[in-house]
Amino acid sequence: MIALSVVWLSSAGFAAEIDWPMEPMEPDLENLPSLQNGLRLFTNYCLGCHSLRFQRYERTADDLGIPHFVVMETVVFTGQKIGALMTTAMDPEKAKNWFGAPPPDLTLVTRARSPEWVYNYLKTFYIDDTRPFGVNNKVFANVGMPHALFELQGVQVDTCKPRVKGCYQLAVQEGSGLYSPEEYDQAVYDLVNFLYYVGEPARLERQRLGIFVLLFLVILGVFTYLLNREYWKDVH
Amino acid sequence: MPQAQGRIPRMLGGFMEWVDARFPATETFQYHASEYYAPKNHNFLYLMGWLATIVLVNQLLTGIWLTMSYIPSSDGAFASVEYIMRDVEYGWLLRYLHSTGASAFFIIVYLHMFRGLLYGSYRKPRELLWLIGMVIYLALMAEGFFGYLLPWGNMSYWGAQVIVSLVGAIPYAGPGLMEWLRGDFLMSGITLTRFFALHVVALPLVLVMLVFVHFVALHHVGSTAPDGVDIKKFKDQKGKPLDGVAFWPYTVTHDIHATVVFLFLFCAVVFFAPEMGGYFLEKPNFEMANPLKTPDHIAPVWYYTPFYAMLRAVTYPLFGVPAKFWGFVVMVAAIAIPAMLPWLDRSPVASMRSKGMLSKAMLAIFIVSFLILGYLGTVAPSAATTALAQVCTVLYFAYFLLMPWYTRVEKTKPVPDRVTVP
Repeated sequence: MIALSVVWLSSAGFAAEIDWPMEPMEPDLENLPSLQNGLRLFTNYCLGCHSLRFQRYERTADDLGIPHFVVMETVVFTGQKIGALMTTAMDPEKAKNWFGAPPPDLTLVTRARSPEWVYNYLKTFYIDDTRPFGVNNKVFANVGMPHALFELQGVQVDTCKPRVKGCYQLAVQEGSGLYSPEEYDQAVYDLVNFLYYVGEPARLERQRLGIFVLLFLVILGVFTYLLNREYWKDVH
Repeated sequence: MPQAQGRIPRMLGGFMEWVDARFPATETFQYHASEYYAPKNHNFLYLMGWLATIVLVNQLLTGIWLTMSYIPSSDGAFASVEYIMRDVEYGWLLRYLHSTGASAFFIIVYLHMFRGLLYGSYRKPRELLWLIGMVIYLALMAEGFFGYLLPWGNMSYWGAQVIVSLVGAIPYAGPGLMEWLRGDFLMSGITLTRFFALHVVALPLVLVMLVFVHFVALHHVGSTAPDGVDIKKFKDQKGKPLDGVAFWPYTVTHDIHATVVFLFLFCAVVFFAPEMGGYFLEKPNFEMANPLKTPDHIAPVWYYTPFYAMLRAVTYPLFGVPAKFWGFVVMVAAIAIPAMLPWLDRSPVASMRSKGMLSKAMLAIFIVSFLILGYLGTVAPSAATTALAQVCTVLYFAYFLLMPWYTRVEKTKPVPDRVTVP
């Protein structure tokens, strides 16, 4: 109960203004290698706790141009079938005990918040010994989640002096992570890009179809204009 | 009917005679279309009735198809909407057509009502036409409200919770009434299923019937002209109004072209900006309803926000009854007061073209207040916005309540005999 109320407070804390200079994040759904890498990162680092329970492996494989057998061999660790939803194997009851609340489903996270939010969130974990998992976050203060990408990024610390207003500095200790800072940025970009895709898988098809629909309406509009002019010739 | 030449036209003519002897097909077509006359100088604002009908059809058709895959339960609703977005063929298109259609419906209906204010469409002999329209507007608001709960997103949940809880502010009966409306002690699956029933069966039925009655009333009294002229005054030998054009084919060809232009704008939103920056589909609604997590700022969808702002503008408790109740009263009054227009307008002329400066200024103030209130309803309240909302609420009501005075004292221009064609 205490743990639950902690998460409650922290989610209320999120509602406050974000005190962090947010970096822009422009998703690119045409960049298939980025989306594929995002899928790889998600299944390796996120799916253990967070589900994508409205998205299917098969749809993902088809949209990202990955053969089904490759997805089955490299992405589906849970013995599910290709047409299954990307659910997590974690027991929500246990998760509630461990984290205070079950980790949220992430299918729509980029739509409920924004790609920028998730991008900056994943980049601003820093060491904070006062927190249960040893890390805190600049975008989501006192979040009840460990730094899942810690082994990739390494140790990041807040280099501002305590209680200095207007100071926004985080620094990674060199060599502490598997990735260089540039590689880490790219990895987070790919992951968020993938989550942006998952938020609305039909987005590209929607925009592609939209162009044809609008073009059709323009041509139809020429004819309806001429039809109208023809009839209204009689009206004086 | 002229004597048809040739075999096929003769057969068709024979067929129509057979039908007409049993059903008033030709007569109805003549009464409502080929011999129904509208002023020939109808402008852009007169297209809205037709467009509203187009959107109504869009809502009915997409709604029927959405219902085929939607599951009205607190466990299944949110997931079924995402199922529609992903696994149903063109489900995303059906859903966006429906959600964008809801907003388009209100934009069109507000313009339709504005046309009425501008050209005095509510005046004698169109009082009933106006009142039927007001009931349609109420039914539409209810339809939108019930429909908004169905995706079972967090804003759906809390938005409905806020509105239903207003009833709880009614002295004595409030709490019991609120429970009766929800069917539960809090918003729940029970509330969802009853809202579903109302949204997909009861209100569409009511709306379609009311729209039909609206047409019947309109075709009985005829359209107004922007000049405030009655086109039935001057007719040719055959009884055709000199300034009128037949609905079929003249108004129809106009309307068809307008439909294509409208669809272009509509589809631009559907295909390229269905969320419309969070105004048509709100961000918190991409999170499933959670009774334990209130969104940091609850706001209804944009088309209710002017009235929501008025509700929040009332901050004084009176006679020992909380301010929330009086806010509710003000909100209901604000929605209902346009129904009084036929009896508030005492001007000798109908159209804004002939009315005086006072009427024009009051209408402008009214529109600006309504827009400001609409904006204020979307933002978190502060002392300054509440004060502004209070001023705008007073101005909103002033437009109606002062109308008997300012329409009588101002100097009006004479109404022309014939319509002016630009």
